[in-house]
Amino acid sequence: MPASLFPPYEDLLRILPEIVLTIAGTLVMVLEPALRPERKRLLGGIAIAGLLVALWGTAVANLFRGPAFHQMVVVDGFATFFRALVIVVGILAVLCSIHYLQRERPDSGEYYALVLFSVVGQSVMAAANELIMIFIGLEISSIATYVLAGYLRDDRRNNESAIKYFLLGSFATAFLLYGIAWIYGAAGTTNLVEIRRVLSTPELAPPRFLVGVSAALMFVGFAFKVSAAPFQVWAPDVYQGAPAPVTAFMSAGPKAAAFAIFLRVYMTAFEPISNRWEPVVWLSALATMFVGNFAALLQNNIKRLLAYSSIAHAGYVMVAVSAHSEIGTAAAMFYLAAYAFMNVGAFAVVTHFARQGEKYVDVDDLAGLGHRQPVTAALFSIFLLSLIGIPLTGGFFGKFYIFKAALEAKLYWLTVIGLLNSAVAAYYYLRILVVMYFHEPGEAAQTVSPVAPGVKIALWASAAGTLLLGIFPSVILDFADRSAALMK
Amino acid sequence: MEGAPLSWYLILSAILFALGVAGFLFRRNIITVFMCIELMLNAVNLSFIAFSHKLNQVDGHIYAFFVMVVAAAEAAVGLAIILTVFKNRASLAIDDVSSMKY
Repeated sequence: MPASLFPPYEDLLRILPEIVLTIAGTLVMVLEPALRPERKRLLGGIAIAGLLVALWGTAVANLFRGPAFHQMVVVDGFATFFRALVIVVGILAVLCSIHYLQRERPDSGEYYALVLFSVVGQSVMAAANELIMIFIGLEISSIATYVLAGYLRDDRRNNESAIKYFLLGSFATAFLLYGIAWIYGAAGTTNLVEIRRVLSTPELAPPRFLVGVSAALMFVGFAFKVSAAPFQVWAPDVYQGAPAPVTAFMSAGPKAAAFAIFLRVYMTAFEPISNRWEPVVWLSALATMFVGNFAALLQNNIKRLLAYSSIAHAGYVMVAVSAHSEIGTAAAMFYLAAYAFMNVGAFAVVTHFARQGEKYVDVDDLAGLGHRQPVTAALFSIFLLSLIGIPLTGGFFGKFYIFKAALEAKLYWLTVIGLLNSAVAAYYYLRILVVMYFHEPGEAAQTVSPVAPGVKIALWASAAGTLLLGIFPSVILDFADRSAALMK
Repeated sequence: MEGAPLSWYLILSAILFALGVAGFLFRRNIITVFMCIELMLNAVNLSFIAFSHKLNQVDGHIYAFFVMVVAAAEAAVGLAIILTVFKNRASLAIDDVSSMKY
């Protein structure tokens, strides 16, 4: 094979979204020092433009399906789906952030570059077909997100959030990496398809002990990243302490990307040993749902409440993973899309309502919002109803498909327990609705200001996404169904 | 592998990794905790190099470089975050960073 320094141009097109996002992020960094503080919001515009072009780039890359760069990256429906998802989450997060940043820290614009770089990492994760590539993508995404979590550096809660996220995130990455080292030693390769081939060929099969240890170590890393029990302890503190728009971003984007690599690794490379990891994922799904839902019942801080709810939702997706089928994968993909819209939407409301220094973040502060700002309250209600799983919302069909996949995989107990958990979850979401509509307006609702334009767009777009997935689920589900068969 | 067999390297790597985990869980100073993570990453590197040597491939060496580069980036960001924590709290004890409770 003739060696050329320049990769074939199809390969470059296959990583077009990453290229576009990297250029946009660099552009933001270069322009940032040149702009006066009151003009820094322009950078938000550049970030959104970059993300939109990257979305187009995802569609272009999708025309050139197949592996690229010596099988390190693969463009398939699965990669396209998650790339589009993380980019959309990025757009919504930037929309929420523009006004927030003007208010809290107007002198800095590198925030947008960090969001863009984080999305680059998530996009790499979505398309990675090789363990080292997965590790690089994960780190690009995580390092940028660590900084975002502590972006308001004079705020004690931000600091605390960042340090916890950083220490526990790096700890988890070390486990993942140790797992990668072991499977590399056992199988002699880090390519997922190759690993699968080695594991499923009896003559080549490495000692089961080595493979088992590696799968377990990698599970620890992934479970940390998707905040699945028993590795979920970091999530409430990090989500509560980080700036509200950053929480919106990191509870949807990095989590979806982490599930993407989780699914890809366990559904391809480790599929030959599925009988050994299925019970572990089963137990983890169970514990995640219980911990998330029952701890959320006790919360009064709305960011912390949504953090526990996000843990519970990770539990539902874990149910889909433990179903270990293509229907399960498709259900997980659909759920993550629905979850992204409803969760970002809910955090957009929190961003709007919290105000200077995030003063109003208790559930009781929302009292009377239904009278003061009926439109915002109505949109918030859509997100909350979707999080409960009421029909006509994306959350309903998400849960429906997940439990359907679980039943087809004969996971009866998990389905029953999952449904009971959803019922428990209804309590704490409905509590917010009751406070919002039936309590007398308090000080917080009296002084609420009009919704900032960016947040307004994000709210409407998230609500549109939530309802679209609830009324026409087949739009996304058909694509997910066709994409669930991963390259093997 | 001249002299020492592969398993010795792997056992050493596992011991280093376990020491890192133990340090992460039990030490109470943020910088020490951070150093324990670096220790874990270096244990991983040792495994990569040992496996790479056994498999007679160069891949593992390259992975070790990737890990080192990422660890350097992580250290830059991590130390900056630790610095802001210290500026706000004048303390590096992990138990002082716990304003958020149930």
